[in-house]
Order: sequence, then C-alpha cells, then structure tokens
Amino acid sequence: MLKGVFGRMTKGSVLRNLIFKEINELIMGSLGIVAFLSFFIGAVVAIQTALNLNNPLIPKTLVAYAARQSVILEFAPTFISIIMAGKVGSFITSSIGSMRVTEQIDALEVMGINSKNYLIFPKIIAMFTYPFVIAISMFLGIAGAYTAAVLGGFVTSDQFMTGLQDDFNPFHLTYAFIKTFLFAFILSTVPAYHGYYMKGGALEVGEASTTSFVWTSVVLIVTNYAVTQLLLS
Amino acid sequence: MIQVKNLHKAFNDQEVLKGIDYTFERGKTNLIIGQSGSGKSVFLKCMLGLFKADKGTIEYDGKPYSTFSDEEQRELRTEMGMLFQGGALFDSMTVEENVMFPLKMFTRQKKSEMLTRVHEVLERVNLEGTGDKMPSEISGGMQKRVAIARAIVNKPKYLFCDEPNSGLDPQTATVIDNLIQELTHENDITTVLITHDMNSVLEIGERIAFLKEGVLAWKGTKDEIFKTEDKTVTEFVYSSNLFQKVRTAQQQGL
Repeated sequence: MLKGVFGRMTKGSVLRNLIFKEINELIMGSLGIVAFLSFFIGAVVAIQTALNLNNPLIPKTLVAYAARQSVILEFAPTFISIIMAGKVGSFITSSIGSMRVTEQIDALEVMGINSKNYLIFPKIIAMFTYPFVIAISMFLGIAGAYTAAVLGGFVTSDQFMTGLQDDFNPFHLTYAFIKTFLFAFILSTVPAYHGYYMKGGALEVGEASTTSFVWTSVVLIVTNYAVTQLLLS
Repeated sequence: MIQVKNLHKAFNDQEVLKGIDYTFERGKTNLIIGQSGSGKSVFLKCMLGLFKADKGTIEYDGKPYSTFSDEEQRELRTEMGMLFQGGALFDSMTVEENVMFPLKMFTRQKKSEMLTRVHEVLERVNLEGTGDKMPSEISGGMQKRVAIARAIVNKPKYLFCDEPNSGLDPQTATVIDNLIQELTHENDITTVLITHDMNSVLEIGERIAFLKEGVLAWKGTKDEIFKTEDKTVTEFVYSSNLFQKVRTAQQQGL
C-alpha cells in the first residue's frame, strides 16, 4: 500500500487543499477531547500520587515529579494515541471504507487518479502535526495535576513547582516526541489500510472500523514497548 | 471505437470471460446485456483497466491497451467518462465541486473557466441552480444526472455506464437513457452501457451484445433482437413482459 501512497503524486494545488482539510478534520477536530482528557488524567495522577504518599520521609514535591514523568513519558503520547486510534482511526477507516463501498475509489481510479495517494498521503502529512497535539496534552496534563494537587490542598504551589523541575531529563521529551512521530504514522496508515482494502457494504464498514481500532491499538502498544526498550533501557 | 479481441479473465479457477470478440462503435450506444453473473461487470472493468485481462487485447481507436506506457494509460483514462451504478459522487463535495473535479485534476484552466464549463454541463443535464447542493440533498435521478455531467465535463471519447437506471422510476430512467444517447450523438462518443433494463434496450439499443456465462452469445441491434430465433437470447429478453407486448404488437401490425 505504501508504495502506492508515495507513488504518482496528485496535483500540487489539490494536494495542498486536501492536507489543510485533513489537518482541520483530524487534528483540530481532536483538540477538544484531547484537552479535556489530558487535564483530568493529569489531575487524577496527582491525586493518586498524593494519596499514596503517607510516609513523612518522602517529600511532597514527589507529587509534581510523578505527575510530570507519567504525563510526559506515557499518558500524553501513548494514552492519548490510544484514544486517537478510536477517534481519528475510526474516522479514517469509515470515511475511506464508505468511499470504497459507494465506488468513489473506483471513480478516482477510472479518472486516472492514484487513489491511494489522493486519499492517504494527505492524512499522513496532516498527522505530522500530531506532536503539537501531544505537546498541548503534556502541558494540560501538568496543568491538571497542578490544579488538583494545589487546589486539593495536597501540596503548596511552591512544592509543586519545585517537584516539577526536579531531576528533569530533557531526553525524556525527545523520547516522547520520537514515539509521537511513530504513533502519528501508525494512526494514519493502519486505519487507512483497513478502510482502503475493505470489502462488502455498510455493515462491513462498521466491522472494519472496529478491527482497525483493535489493530491500531496493538501496533501502538508493541511500538511503544520497542521504542522504550531501544531508547530508555 | 473500442475493439475487444479474444478477451479472457478468470478469478482463481473460475473463468468469467471466455474469449470475447466485439467492437464497440463510435457515436453509438453500445449495450451489454445478460443475466446476473454473466460477466458484464468484469468485462466493463477490464475495459476500464480496473481488472487486467488474462489473455486477449483491448484496442482503443486501434491501439492495444497493453502497449500503452504508464503516461499513455493515464492520458487514456482522462479521455474516459464513467457513470457508476450508484453515481459514485464524492459525498464530501457539492454538486458543482463534483462536476468540476476532473477539470481541477487534469486541466490548468482558471477557476472562472472551469465554472463556465461546469454550468454549461449542468445546464445540459437540466440541473441549473443545483450547484451548491450536496449529493445527499438531491434525488437519485438528479444524482445520476450529476454523475453524467461529471463524466462528460472533460469531453471524453469513451463513456462507460454501469446500469445507469438501477433504482430509478421508469420516467426518470427514460430521461437518463435519452440523455446518454443524445450526448453520445452530439459528442461522437463511444458509449458502452451495461443494463438489465429491457426498456433501455428498446429505447437506445443501437448495438447490443448479449453475454451468457462469459461468452458473447449474440450481437445485433434493437430491431434485430425481435427477429432473432436464438433461444438463449429469446429466453432472456422475453422474460420481460414489455418485450412480449412489443412483439405481440409488432406481429399484429400495430
């Protein structure tokens, strides 16, 4: 499939418009849910950590430290990507699958258009802006943790800010964004594959969306394990 | 003109097309009829290049498709218009954007020039004023007419139609049939049309090819189909009440 996607290119002006349209649908359209989830995940991580720190020898700053590490290393890149596999992945599979069922893909082919490039390439390019979503998710996750920890009375603002900067390793951000780029590619290609090669009618479009979500999640988790093993071990 | 010579196509062990020889004439509506599973759609898809034939050749105006370079194949496809059974309109685009699509993809015209051509074609299929509607907002018959407009907007040399009347009421079906025939004559297009609709055979069957189990069982015109004694054809066409009535009327000299 990828050979076709990066094969004969669609006309530049058309492609540019398609990429902007995909950024709007796939990325901008997901900001709301990502922001909401990230904020509350960060808040819950902070509360859980605070509630489990009963030992007076452990500094309260650990609440912010744990929230930062959890959000940057896993919750923002991986957890949000699993959510995106459900939202963006299902959308990609069902939209391409519907086009297959209603012969719109055949129509493109008959016109002499490389349908794989026309339909999938703009989605892959649009998903390269996905790291911005994850950056926002990281910020909001930590903001949520701050809100819950400070307003909940578990730590003071100073303690939280100290913990947040404590023992910070910038490579963890690099690792998170390398993962995010790989996840972006997976999030656009695996669902597109399931949509493009589906057969049948409306019921099969639904089945393809479900299968696509399952496989995208599996590939994300396995990739997460492999990248973590490679970069952090 | 499209010339098909000894065309074979099989899927796994099942042979769908078994050596078809036929010529689709320019400026005429060439109909392919036959029962479901007779190989009509596979035949059409082979001509469109969506399926690769196992054996045989398809010549477009004397040039075999198999000898076309990639660039020539792409160019040929820009000379083809296709009307799909369900219309296959892009549902994320308006009627106007759908019709403009081939122009946008394959020409370097300015937007104003493209719009002029789009309105011209929409007017030709009697759909003025529907340009800003989405395909879901118009009727099935109108969708078919938009699909015809999209198929002819780039002035194709070959027009392929896959059961253009399916799902339409008889009156709208006749409108679509006549429109296809008029456009074929006006623009001197080689039109290939698959149909089950015996009314279409009577209306626009200038040349008819009857397929049975992957073989070209009969060929002729709409007048000749009433005179043929070929049992395979008569069994198929006279299963239609319409045909029986027309034949009876002809026999009674009405």
